Amino acid sequence: MKSLWAVLILGLLPVKLFAQQTAPPPPAGSSDSALEQHVRELEERIIALEGQVRMLKASAAQPAPAQPTPAQPAVAAQSPGIQLQESAGQAAGVPQPVTSPAAPATQAEALAAAAQQGPNLGGAGGSAAKALNPDISVIGDFIGAMGGNSEQNTVSLQPIPAFQMHESEVGLQSIIDPYARGDFFISFGEEGVNLEEGYITFTALPGSFVAKVGKMRSVFGKVNTMHNHVLPWVDRPLVTNNLVGGEDGINDAGFSIERILPAPKGIFLEATGQVFRGDSADVFQSSQRSDVSAVAHLRGYRDLNESTNLDLGVSYARGHNDLGTGFLTHLYGVDATLRWKPLRRSIYHSFVGRSEFIWSDRQQLPATQKSFGYYASADYQLARRWFVGGRFDHSDRSRNDGLTDKGGSVTLTYWPSEFSQLRGQYRFTRYANNIDANELFLQLIFSLGAHGAHPF
Amino acid sequence: MNRWKTLLVVFTLCVLLLPRWAEAKKLNVVTATTDLAALVQEVGGDKIQVESIAKGYQDPHFVEAKPSFLLKLRQADLLIVVGLQLEIGWLPPLVNQSGNARIQVGASGYLDASQFAEILDIPTGQVTRAMGDVHPLGNPHYWLDPDNGRRIAKGFAGKLAELDPPNSAYYQERFQDFDKRLTAAEQKWDSEMKAYRGRKVVTYHNSFPNFAKHFGLNVIGYVEPRPGIPPTPSHSIELIGLMKRENCKLVLVEPYFDLKTPQAIARETGGQVVQYLPSVGGEKDVTDYFKLFDYDIGLLTKAFQATQ
Repeated sequence: MKSLWAVLILGLLPVKLFAQQTAPPPPAGSSDSALEQHVRELEERIIALEGQVRMLKASAAQPAPAQPTPAQPAVAAQSPGIQLQESAGQAAGVPQPVTSPAAPATQAEALAAAAQQGPNLGGAGGSAAKALNPDISVIGDFIGAMGGNSEQNTVSLQPIPAFQMHESEVGLQSIIDPYARGDFFISFGEEGVNLEEGYITFTALPGSFVAKVGKMRSVFGKVNTMHNHVLPWVDRPLVTNNLVGGEDGINDAGFSIERILPAPKGIFLEATGQVFRGDSADVFQSSQRSDVSAVAHLRGYRDLNESTNLDLGVSYARGHNDLGTGFLTHLYGVDATLRWKPLRRSIYHSFVGRSEFIWSDRQQLPATQKSFGYYASADYQLARRWFVGGRFDHSDRSRNDGLTDKGGSVTLTYWPSEFSQLRGQYRFTRYANNIDANELFLQLIFSLGAHGAHPF
Repeated sequence: MNRWKTLLVVFTLCVLLLPRWAEAKKLNVVTATTDLAALVQEVGGDKIQVESIAKGYQDPHFVEAKPSFLLKLRQADLLIVVGLQLEIGWLPPLVNQSGNARIQVGASGYLDASQFAEILDIPTGQVTRAMGDVHPLGNPHYWLDPDNGRRIAKGFAGKLAELDPPNSAYYQERFQDFDKRLTAAEQKWDSEMKAYRGRKVVTYHNSFPNFAKHFGLNVIGYVEPRPGIPPTPSHSIELIGLMKRENCKLVLVEPYFDLKTPQAIARETGGQVVQYLPSVGGEKDVTDYFKLFDYDIGLLTKAFQATQ
């Protein structure tokens, strides 16, 4: 690699010198236009070389290109180098008479520079190795709360303290090899660390399958798949807290397979099947190896026109609950999302309406509890940096379907830039035992580094 | 061991499938933006089928990663991207989820068009987000220089020939033809713009440097205080002062930005707002690469005449 750079530099230098030297007025006449033509050609070559150098730098940051045979990657990795040397050599050949005295000096300099850079560590040091580092990002999530909430009975609804550095999510994301990429999201609370997600995605499987292996948020509905910082609210809906495990949700180690299914033109249909160990917040708990949980999701999507689209999904999850191997919890979900974003003014206005209905069948003694809950929300973007939204909540409790909590929220969100967000949320909740809570939350989210886009 | 077996299977499949693609159907090309679609269409002619993900009147930084795009990517033989991190906010998850091994980053069906073009504004020194939404690899709006259009088209001809060897002569011929037409058009554009070389303009976003360089215009400022950061009153006042001092009368705005601030600036400076098109398809009748320049140069020459 280093010798290649040296050759490249050597090749480029004379070209540049030559270009500079010929730029001042040369003899007039027909040789004038010939020279001009010549300089143009050289300029084209430099631009092509610059492009190849950029691509080389980029490919050093990524593994060898995907090739069908094991032998080819090596050839492919070499061939740009060979091309470079060739074209650099040609370029150097043209202006030889002018610059040949300078060449030995620059060559010596290049060699000295190469020597100074130290031994070849086989990719373990230097900037080339840094280029192989994954994309690193940190997202801070700070929450302040005001108002009272005396309800203590719900299982997963933890009251938010006055000030809390709720979460610091570290993302490490990279392409692993031509066949897979890896994503890690490590969530630091004020105390303690939690692997929020960590999985490998196989992107080049035959039959258009995409597989993930590791720990991940399951595809049960919409809210369950979302990280805190992409939610349109400070909290999560009551139904998520009561029936689907709250903030952590169904988030477990296992594997996932998804595939786009054939469908009539214009309709996107995707099926996902997931199998997990069977431990997820207070929803599922495995007491032996065979207590695995399963999640299935079918998603249909259609563009209604270029600015409006409709996204529908049905989900099913099954696992063993905290009462032991003999007790199952089944969850059924339906979700609908309507999005509007006019393309010409896409950075100024948008609308998202979203709703999820969830049914829970929890086997327990003396009788199975059949609970139901839903939320409905709408968010409208007023201006480039301003969003306003509201949410209505209604949910039974999973362990006692006779108790129903209800509530509502309004939110106002401001984006100083794409990388930070300030949100206020007023929340009213009427708990089943007639306790009312009025709360005001303030949230500040800020993002460092390159955080890969989340799925739509 | 297993890996070798998988590779062998994949290889066999490829060997079996490759010739069939070549004979059976048109190459299915998906591009990130309409400009790349227009250029690859020039070279590919009727041997390829092209579709762009972003529309010409849409901000290419902020495209939604809609699942309907996955349907297009799934079938694609070739994905062409602008590169330089222009699509970083929306394209990677689409490519990952497409289940299409041909167009994954680094595979033969993934093409970064920026490698063929002359790239300007490559930041030197440290890049931080205090500078706004800077592109650390250089300015990605490089297609607005006809010379870059030619270079990109030449690169496309090479790529199409690589993916579809039987038609390589056809692609080469189409490129030669495009080259000829572009050279002729360029002479016309150059002569139309000649009178206005050295004129000063202000643009909303820094998406104009390649055009400005080619036609000798002087971009003295931006309506955005920093790339991607919406206009602020204090910056606008500064910009108005600068424009008055420099006697600059034109504010160029991309079709996807709000006109309120630019219009206020134009009023204060006695200038004009020109809603130019950065991309093919920004208006209904701007259907190819040539019409894009015809349209923009028409607007500019008119505005330059009107303001002086």
